Amino acid sequence: MKFIDEFRDPAKAKALVRHINTLVTKIPRPGGRPLQLMEVCGGHTHSIFKYGIAQLLPEAIELVHGPGCPVCVLPMGRVDDCVALAEHPNVIFTTFGDAMRVPGSRKSLLQAKAEGADVRMVYSPMDALALARAHPDREVVFFALGFETTMPSTALTVLQAEAEGIENFSVFCNHITIIPVIKAILDSPDLSLDGFLGPGHVSMVIGSSPYEFIARHYHRPLVIAGFEPIDILQSVWMVVKQLAEGRCEVENQYQRLVPHAGNRVALEAIHRVFELRPWFEWRGLGSIDHSGVRLRESFAHLDAERRFSVPNLKIADPKSCQCGEVLKGVIKPWQCKVFGTACTPETPLGSLMVSSEGACAAVYQYGRIDLAEVVRQREAVAAGRQPVGAGSS
Amino acid sequence: MSDGRGAPPRKSPRARSGKLRGDTITLSHGSGGRAMRDLIDDVFVGSFDNPALAPLEDQARFPLAELARSGDRLAFTTDSYVVDPLFFPGGDIGTLAVNGTVNDLAVSGARPLYLTCSMIIEEGFPAAELRRVAASMRAAAETASVAIVTGDTKVVNRGAADKLFINTAGIGVIPADVNISAARARPGDRLLVNGHIGDHGVAILAARDDLALEVPIRSDTQPLAALVQSLLAAGIRVHCLRDATRGGLATVLNEFADSAGVGIRIDESAIPVREAVRGVSELLGLDPLYYANEGVLVAAVPAEDAQAALAAMRAQPAGQHAALIGEVTEGPAGSVIMDTGFGGERIVDMLVGEQLPRIC
Amino acid sequence: MCVGIPGRIITVDDPEHRLATVDVGGVRRKINIACIVDEAHPPEACIGDWVLIHVGFAMSRIDEEEAQKTLELLRELGEMDAELEAMHAFDRAR
Repeated sequence: MKFIDEFRDPAKAKALVRHINTLVTKIPRPGGRPLQLMEVCGGHTHSIFKYGIAQLLPEAIELVHGPGCPVCVLPMGRVDDCVALAEHPNVIFTTFGDAMRVPGSRKSLLQAKAEGADVRMVYSPMDALALARAHPDREVVFFALGFETTMPSTALTVLQAEAEGIENFSVFCNHITIIPVIKAILDSPDLSLDGFLGPGHVSMVIGSSPYEFIARHYHRPLVIAGFEPIDILQSVWMVVKQLAEGRCEVENQYQRLVPHAGNRVALEAIHRVFELRPWFEWRGLGSIDHSGVRLRESFAHLDAERRFSVPNLKIADPKSCQCGEVLKGVIKPWQCKVFGTACTPETPLGSLMVSSEGACAAVYQYGRIDLAEVVRQREAVAAGRQPVGAGSS
Repeated sequence: MSDGRGAPPRKSPRARSGKLRGDTITLSHGSGGRAMRDLIDDVFVGSFDNPALAPLEDQARFPLAELARSGDRLAFTTDSYVVDPLFFPGGDIGTLAVNGTVNDLAVSGARPLYLTCSMIIEEGFPAAELRRVAASMRAAAETASVAIVTGDTKVVNRGAADKLFINTAGIGVIPADVNISAARARPGDRLLVNGHIGDHGVAILAARDDLALEVPIRSDTQPLAALVQSLLAAGIRVHCLRDATRGGLATVLNEFADSAGVGIRIDESAIPVREAVRGVSELLGLDPLYYANEGVLVAAVPAEDAQAALAAMRAQPAGQHAALIGEVTEGPAGSVIMDTGFGGERIVDMLVGEQLPRIC
Repeated sequence: MCVGIPGRIITVDDPEHRLATVDVGGVRRKINIACIVDEAHPPEACIGDWVLIHVGFAMSRIDEEEAQKTLELLRELGEMDAELEAMHAFDRAR
């Protein structure tokens, strides 16, 4: 397939890995500490595990799996709100597939469906709007989630519903923004990251300029990266090159899709429909200022939160759960106390175990070459010894 | 066709000329009375006509001696079919109900012989669709050289079942020298599949229409008995065989690794996947390794037999796209590792639940 | 986050509502092309465009020239790599 297969070519990968290996030796690493690069986006995490990219990299480079999986960072209280909406007698609740399994404090959408709620999986918000047209006697609620990549599709669908005067359609808005969470991570006192792979698809909407502060104020390089394995390796090479040359810049590996200014039509639609919330709750990370959006007052009639009563309760993350530390790169997934024991993909405690883009689920599913090794690592942590590969934590 | 609930007294010899009246199936067609007899006579006996079914006793009877001539063990299996939608490109619930049970028998090395057919029908189901399903079952049974010899029909209230459910059980005979089992995978064995993976799963996904995808893919539903028999006839020492239905190729490989306490290593680039199946997978963020198949089997054979096995498969209609996809290793026991075709490797685990489209 | 996949627009079905059909490896689906349409690039001009598809929307046009440049750079890196390898081999041989 065009624009895919060229970027999965093992020969190109080999060359890149060699260049990375050569460069990395030129970067001083006090105490032999590995360079920690965070891929912000869950799509990158998925690719890294799917193609086994981390094993190709030298030990001196450690990939830290960031907070860019909207399913993973959705707080439990919001899942409960989804379930409450879905259980309204006249509601058809529409959602993307991967959100159906996320556990709320009582149940997931999948369980609510089994108990009789009309929960339907859709591929696109347009499909949810089509359901509203087809069922004028029912209330169709679309569960909108995702970063700036997904926001325009929701915004354009809302504008379409408005233009057509469709009254039985509404949106439960959980869209979040990437910049505030990166900033929250950069402000974290235990920060040990050396550079970032920037989210390619978010950037195709917002452009590359919003990241400038990372280079300027926090002196960390960021390379906007595509999602094919060659894209990721090339981006790692570009970050490492910056570090080796003592530069901190925002660079764009994903030139074929990311224009410097982003997408004007998409940004306009976002601004017409959404406004920033004062704060939004992130699972594992807590409340982050201006990190979420909601529908503007002028679209209140299309906002499920204003139209229906939702419980809107804050549910604390389970105490044993260390998702927040994993998200910030402070610990590795397998160093979490409950990884692989109390928390597994069958019975996820933390959100990172839920979606395959979550760091823990990805490690569990794709990277668990030797579970015995995981147990040894955990015992080492429990005994207070420095585990292998723990980095600077 | 017999009915387990005790049929009303019959005239003897029974006339089998009943005609199903009306356009839909109603509760009276499951009541044990004349309407039911008309349905059975018209739709099933007419379609499945064979000597064992013809007497319409409460059970099918077949001589032991005849079975014993072709082997020393019976293979016996059952499966229920609840596919939605009932009709899809490449087949329907009837074709699946025959091929699925035939294949469960075939992968033991057995020659499939007899099938049962039990139908649970929701009232209001169109008679024409029932005829269509019965005709598909007949055609599939003919292709697979099996006979449908006994059955049962129930009609339930609207909402108590979804349109039509079918259960088939099957009996086959295993030749004396054949011993195929997932536990027999040995380090060094080569792994083969007989064709493209994922076609059935994607055809069903597309036929459900809620994702509004237009996909040029047909279900791969097909009987695999002839393919298996040709492997055995070619003298291939087949260690393991399993058809990769629900859970897909990944699940079967994990079953081999678990049962035999061995490791498995496969090569992603060697696994046959059609372009459109890849397309759907990329669009929805799904993994072809987990799609259901209805005409794909996985075989483990000794390395020395691998090329002959590949040639034997490719000589069969159901094996034209056969491929060597990997090998059995010493360990780690129970693990399936895939070379990603990109230079990396990853674990291929069983799925926790249903594979859901990843969109965010 | 954000599964996105390249596909090619084969027909524009409803220019007013910005609806088009896209092809991904033989799979077809109706998508919304509002985000790639502007005064300079009207709906009719979208036929044949390679776009990135996300949740049923074409989010961006793929710049083929930029893709070629990236691949060209990778090719050069590969050649440099081969030269380095040859130099190492030469050093080892001495």
